[in-house]
Amino acid sequence: MAVQTTPIADDPLEPFEDSVAAESQAEIHPDVALVERAKAGDTAAFEQLVRQYERQIFRTAQHITQNREDAEDITQDVFFKAFQKLDQFQGNSKFSTWLVRIAVNESLMRLRKRKTSKTVSMDQDVETDEGSIPRDFAEWRPNPEQNYSQAELAEILRKTIAGLPPGFRTVFTLRDIENLSTEETATALGLSVPAVKSRLLRARLQLRERLSRYFRQNNEASK
Amino acid sequence: MNCTEFLSKLTDYFDGQIDPDLLAEVKSHLGTCHHCEVVVDTTRKTIDVYRGAESYEFPEELSNRLRAAVMERCKTLGNLPDIPVKTASKNDNA
Repeated sequence: MAVQTTPIADDPLEPFEDSVAAESQAEIHPDVALVERAKAGDTAAFEQLVRQYERQIFRTAQHITQNREDAEDITQDVFFKAFQKLDQFQGNSKFSTWLVRIAVNESLMRLRKRKTSKTVSMDQDVETDEGSIPRDFAEWRPNPEQNYSQAELAEILRKTIAGLPPGFRTVFTLRDIENLSTEETATALGLSVPAVKSRLLRARLQLRERLSRYFRQNNEASK
Repeated sequence: MNCTEFLSKLTDYFDGQIDPDLLAEVKSHLGTCHHCEVVVDTTRKTIDVYRGAESYEFPEELSNRLRAAVMERCKTLGNLPDIPVKTASKNDNA
């Protein structure tokens, strides 16, 4: 079965036409003022935006691509493209969501190039039910943070999330790690809210199941 | 409510987007099903551990290098209609 790409893959810098109008009618976000200054030629204002979001963009890119060099390149490309297309940012969504959307597209494109395949998309492998039905019912005690050093824990988390299909990994990254709302995640990925919820549930359950191999009570193997 | 129905409500339950009647059913199920109680607890810990951990380092050196590269690329653009190209000045960072 051919895998369909999502609309966001067509033009990563397509202007938003989302419906976050309520926010625009409330207080103006400080980012909007920075963007306006940047549009007027104030590069220091743009540099401030880079400073604010570079870590988030880098982390998002690395979570999706699972490659540090790619994440570095993508971070540069995201901000450069954002700078080029600032006039397309209308303030109808958060500036950070706009950046994340560009980062997701750049990251998926990078995955496609790396795998020399056209099939890497938000839809890849999402039909699988593997790990979506809980099988491990052991409790996690003590909490993972108490049982592992920071470096050990980071390694386990990296290995575990790397095993998720890109479509699940991306939704989990945006929603649970970067703390975007369900609606913002849907906007950033060009998915419906129900699709985000469905993928998020399966991503969470799959990660839980995989982490349980390390964190389950009475598990001596992992230490 | 059985376990399958409970699982289908898990995302809304975590996100606090569940209507009061359904929430009462969810809580009632959790009170009687240890397996689902464990799933809720360990799924919450899954989210928390990812949210709390810095899985990927982003050292100051990398931050400075990336930002300098971005700004350098932006400043060399010559065709932006509303962003004048700044000539190098003593205030520019290397």
